[in-house]
Amino acid sequence: MLALPCLYPPQEETCNAASATVALFYTVLFTFTERLASKPTVMSTWRRLHVKVRTTRGLFSPRRVSEQSTWLCGRLTLSQSLRTGRPFRNDFFKDLEAQLAAMRKKAADALPGSSWSPFEPNPNLPPERADIVIVGGGVMGWSIAYWLKQKERIQRGLKVVVVERDLTYSQASTVLSAGGIRQQFSLPENICLSLASAEFMRNINEHLGVLNEDPVDLQFNHSGYLFLASQDVAHIMEENYNTQRQAGAKVLLLSPAQLKEKFPWINTDGVVLASYGLENEGWFDPWTLLNAFRRKAISMGVIQCCGEVTDFDYTINVMKTVDGSRMDFRRIKSVKVQMPNSLEYQAVECAIVVNAAGAFSGKLAQMLGIGCGPKDTIAGIPLPVEPRKRYVYVVHCPDGPGLDCPFLIDYSGVYFRREGLGGNYITGASPEEAEEPDISNLEVDNQFFEDKVWPSLAYRVPAFEKLKVTSSWAGFYDYNTFDQNGIIGIHPLTNNMYFATGFSGHGLQHSPAVGRAVAELILDGNFKTLDLSGLGFRRILAQEPMLERNIV
Amino acid sequence: MSAPLMSLHRCFQRSAFCLVGRRMWSSSSVSPPPLHTRMLLFLTQRFYDIEMLLRWRSHMKRRSIQKKNAYYGYTKSFYGPDIAAAYYILSLKGGFRYTGQSDWFRADQRGKFSWDFLNHKDTSLEEVDMSYTVINYTGLENFYGQQSLKTLLLRGCPEVDDWFLARLHMFQDSLEELDISHCPRITTGGLAALRNLKGLQRLDISYLPGISSPGLVIILLEEMLPHCQITASGYDHNLRQQGEEEK
Repeated sequence: MLALPCLYPPQEETCNAASATVALFYTVLFTFTERLASKPTVMSTWRRLHVKVRTTRGLFSPRRVSEQSTWLCGRLTLSQSLRTGRPFRNDFFKDLEAQLAAMRKKAADALPGSSWSPFEPNPNLPPERADIVIVGGGVMGWSIAYWLKQKERIQRGLKVVVVERDLTYSQASTVLSAGGIRQQFSLPENICLSLASAEFMRNINEHLGVLNEDPVDLQFNHSGYLFLASQDVAHIMEENYNTQRQAGAKVLLLSPAQLKEKFPWINTDGVVLASYGLENEGWFDPWTLLNAFRRKAISMGVIQCCGEVTDFDYTINVMKTVDGSRMDFRRIKSVKVQMPNSLEYQAVECAIVVNAAGAFSGKLAQMLGIGCGPKDTIAGIPLPVEPRKRYVYVVHCPDGPGLDCPFLIDYSGVYFRREGLGGNYITGASPEEAEEPDISNLEVDNQFFEDKVWPSLAYRVPAFEKLKVTSSWAGFYDYNTFDQNGIIGIHPLTNNMYFATGFSGHGLQHSPAVGRAVAELILDGNFKTLDLSGLGFRRILAQEPMLERNIV
Repeated sequence: MSAPLMSLHRCFQRSAFCLVGRRMWSSSSVSPPPLHTRMLLFLTQRFYDIEMLLRWRSHMKRRSIQKKNAYYGYTKSFYGPDIAAAYYILSLKGGFRYTGQSDWFRADQRGKFSWDFLNHKDTSLEEVDMSYTVINYTGLENFYGQQSLKTLLLRGCPEVDDWFLARLHMFQDSLEELDISHCPRITTGGLAALRNLKGLQRLDISYLPGISSPGLVIILLEEMLPHCQITASGYDHNLRQQGEEEK
């Protein structure tokens, strides 16, 4: 059995080591003996200590009991003291624990072979090795990350790192977009991508719901898109309509009279034909979608990293074609990730890099030497993606169209949609090619609204003659200068960089389906559910643009 | 001998309970969830197995709903679309009335129904009552081609959401009465999709917990559907209360 602590000097102690409380008690005693080390005899020290303990208001006994019984029942009282928490005693034990931990740490550090160093490692550094590095943490990047984890065959079998430059997303195209989804495209690929994405959003909680977290609410507005066509483009609209119906989209063609009946607030002058989406079209909150993807991907084990990719480390294999010209095949070995606001960087060794950097993916490809070769070779063709600034204006108009307001796109290029229920609308237009604004900042040109947007807007909807611009912002399109469509797939001269970029404004609405396609491309080797091989890099090398036959 | 161990044990027990209650709940929920939910949460945070089991449970729940809402293609190929739709309704414990008839076919509490409805081949449905059933978006596929459906009652359906409402455009010419009261998943974004129902005359949107500012939404709906009589009870339109909050 346990001995009585105070009656024996410690060296003769035959204490039962199993009792942790007593061990604690001894540590207290030792700390006291350290203080009283100048005293000549051990016994007097103990006696002295005794008095001290007594004077500190019955340190170990909750009740006022006789000295003898306190020490005799030391063990019991200790166990009681753990239960009845008086503040003083709690503080004491907390302090003690902290001191003990510090002491243990100091001892461990002092011992040879410890890993202690005077420099604190940055906990935000990415891992040294990863299987797949996704550059760009927008909705596209996170969607790819999610689908990669979803499709991996062994749980935690893939190490995926998503590198994002700005975790506040203050300049990200995802959150600065108008957030619409439509099926009214002319290319079957785009229509199928939209349909698949709409299906994903319909079942979003099955895909992106995390256990014990709130379900995802996209705030989807099922209001449909309304395209208006003039005389010149009506035939294109009809062709597009046929393609869309064939692909399975629920679209309706309206004559001007029908249009006027359905939406009495529209001025139908100049409109020859209108097409209106009945189902799976509308707008939603981009930030919610981005965060849902991010939350789910992180819960599945994707590593998020804040930093900027500044360089690649790659190997070059030189080959010669039949006619003797030289070909450089590159393979990325590691990605250099620079930490924000510091000189620190980490080279992440990886097998595959996914370029989902959106508007800045052209710059990223340039770092790898894509487009830096001689003019008329494959190596000389750059990634045709560049940032383009687009303005979005929020206008307030109490007399404007009500709850039935669709996402209207006029043939003049002006669009608008309802924002909330308080008579606010979001509007904007694409500037002409020659008048592209400067992309060095995200400042808004309000003159553009006065000159280009408002006249068309007020002509189409007379109620908008009286309006007030309450807010505005600008965002970047990842504009594909070649054919304004996404580039999905691998570059022929770089065998481990996958592209998912250049969507020119519809990246957000296609992100769920494109993420799945890229994951299939990486893990299965080819497209499984949707054949997107037409959207590959090959069309750029062959100079065969896949242009969207737009009416605007 | 075991007293210190007991006390330590109790100590740890208490800390475990503290851990259970430690999670921050969102400010919107007034009361914290019941103890067994918190206990499960604690266990899922500790053990992968329990997390897996819970995931399976929700997966099975979803699958059973999907199964009930399957496309009755086999029935359709044998008996035609009307019988398939009728059979789908009865197997979900709903009720319906054929065009030109006065009696309803309904399933009883235990899901039993008479097979007399098979005698009316190629008669379309006029009224459908799917109240308190698990009908969802995919189940609506079974009604495809019902051109004379006039009444659709969806009171208290837990799986009816905005996407479901957006898909009701398939009855855009015929539907006259729609009851979507007590459906917990309907929000304002879905109500906007009702504009496609041109012939709607009666709409019941009472007790929808998902719409945020019901007074405004009802006014906007009335504006959007001018020929429709909208019933909306169960909302607190008390302006004074909102005014107090602003202060």
